Amino acid sequence: MAWMKKILRVDLTAGTCTSEPLNMEWAGKYLGQRGLATKYLCEEIDPKVDPLSPDNKMIYATGPLTGTCASTGGRHSVITKGALTGAIACSNSGGWFGAELKFAGWDMIIIEGKAPSPVYLMIENEDARLLPADDLWGTTTWHTEETIKARHGDPQIRVSSIGQAGEEGVLFAAIVNDLHRAAGRSGVGAVMGSKNLKAVACRGTRGVAVNDPKAFMAATAAGKKVLVENAVTGQGLPTYGTQILMNVINESGALPTRNHRDAQFEGANNISAEAMAETRKTDGKTNLLTKQACFGCTIACGRISQIDQTHYTVVNKPEYWGASGGLEYEAAWALGAANGVDDLECLTYANFLCNEYGFDPISFGATVGAAMEMFEIGAITTDDTDGLELKFGSAEALSTLAELTGKAEGFGKIIGMGSKRMCEKYGHPELSMSVKGQEFPAYDARGIQGMGLGYATANRGACHLRSYTVASEILGLPEKTDPLVTEGKAALVKAFQDATAVVDSSGLCLFTTFAWSLDDIGPQIDAACEGDWSVDNLMAMGERIWNLERQFNMQAGFTGADDTLPKRLLTEAIKSGPAKGKVAGLAEMLPEYYELRGWTADGVPTDETLARLAL
Amino acid sequence: MRITLKLFAVLSDYLPAEAHKNQTEMEVPDGATPADVMGLVGVPPEMAHLVLINGIFVAPSQRGDKRLAEGDHLAMWPPVAGG
Repeated sequence: MAWMKKILRVDLTAGTCTSEPLNMEWAGKYLGQRGLATKYLCEEIDPKVDPLSPDNKMIYATGPLTGTCASTGGRHSVITKGALTGAIACSNSGGWFGAELKFAGWDMIIIEGKAPSPVYLMIENEDARLLPADDLWGTTTWHTEETIKARHGDPQIRVSSIGQAGEEGVLFAAIVNDLHRAAGRSGVGAVMGSKNLKAVACRGTRGVAVNDPKAFMAATAAGKKVLVENAVTGQGLPTYGTQILMNVINESGALPTRNHRDAQFEGANNISAEAMAETRKTDGKTNLLTKQACFGCTIACGRISQIDQTHYTVVNKPEYWGASGGLEYEAAWALGAANGVDDLECLTYANFLCNEYGFDPISFGATVGAAMEMFEIGAITTDDTDGLELKFGSAEALSTLAELTGKAEGFGKIIGMGSKRMCEKYGHPELSMSVKGQEFPAYDARGIQGMGLGYATANRGACHLRSYTVASEILGLPEKTDPLVTEGKAALVKAFQDATAVVDSSGLCLFTTFAWSLDDIGPQIDAACEGDWSVDNLMAMGERIWNLERQFNMQAGFTGADDTLPKRLLTEAIKSGPAKGKVAGLAEMLPEYYELRGWTADGVPTDETLARLAL
Repeated sequence: MRITLKLFAVLSDYLPAEAHKNQTEMEVPDGATPADVMGLVGVPPEMAHLVLINGIFVAPSQRGDKRLAEGDHLAMWPPVAGG
């Protein structure tokens, strides 16, 4: 119940699709989605495998609540060994694809091997086939979705696909579903491309049963009421989306600007939620058209935007004049503030390209920022860039690089290496603002100390979602902590990490946690699933999942020495604003964090801890 | 004394007409508090969820006590969140 209890195993080398039962013993310990798929991956691949080799596997995984009437019950994740990082990768996506996979009767798809030529996977309920994708290879995610729907004569098919970026091995390539939702980070799209798998298309007509329907209806109704009545999830997020944070984080002095050289951006309000709602002088319209929700979601934080048709980026390209996925805070930060670019229409265009060609705007934007700094100091010249002037603040540089990177052409091929490899190539590894090879998102660790610890210890590399202590340190949710101090942050980060692992394994969206605690989530899981899903059991499971991911990384070759931050954040103090004079106090937080985790001083889980967590 | 007032999102409705890009300079009595300023411009207190002075958080319990100084930046938001 809630689980469909079936896995689709796809062997791309042999060209076969087979059904097998879900391991219910594991489901009882890891629930679903992130936790359960990570367990499968750990059991089935050698952590030392090359991420782009046929021996890597990728898993599409839903949670038990995916496809139910639980509010936001529509998420799925893609779990693999990340092409960008060489660490565990788990990229979470919304939209409708996950629910459709459950309706077709599948909890997960385990994809192994490599197809001899490009294929797509077509799932219609219990029927699953690999079909030729030669005509789709070399096309965009948008073209792929449109073509598959037309080919099979069904507009209700849901499609998850890669664009040229994934095909060409851009190391931060993403997998895009429903046109503008994505399993975005860590290069999961490159893994898919390395397997010659272009797309997964799905049509399901079943429903999702639950274990105790009456209790489930009561628990989900109670949850919905909390979301509606909460000012953040009921009003703030739907009205403004995540982009409301641009001015909040800038005012707080923690907005990384120009490759983390500064922590406030003078152009922040030109690329904010407020700017998206402002009437343009050029055409009398606003950038933001409307909000959008994913399957089952009652929050609706998604944005739909329309670019100014007279803007240089699209003036001769009517194919970009329509409405499409608008800027999120992370994308606007990475494309904008990280590069000093404050042209909202340019950023919106670049964001469209990220969806269309399938690549992560966070890693792309941050890599461009590193390239711009290297250009400024002369480590990169116009000889390297085919004449493109990579100056901080240049909208033209940003939009041109987005076009090139989507197809891995010209200097876009270099950007597509990600900042770590690119900066090493030009002799300036210290200029890559990343951890474990993954670029920082939109919060400066020097201005929000808990985030620094979270970035350094996240199992998938620098990630704001694994431990979103911004909620506490800046927004006061659930309780306010001081962003500029390190005291108490080790415990705070651990608590957020463990609770987040639970949400990521359930099928629910992390944004519910602005209003819900595990006290709201637990009853929904407990009613839907067989077994005892008390809050205590769920928290223990969260900790178990965290340690399982850690073990994978250690076996892949990571050590405690990789739980660190770039020299810039550890030694170069912020120059101005509320966090002036601050560096990231990682050394004050990490030892306590290891202790709280039950790890050695080198960050290795002890036997006692592993036994306690039944690992 | 003069301060810079920044009202974001829907709170920008309470800015004077001459305000630009969510902010305005304004004259306030010496020793004014955030609560005083809210009263001056008409922001309903329950709508101001996040209050920062020079980027530093002001707890709801402090809004009537924390005194502003010359040149301070007072910023306010309704309920907000993101990722």
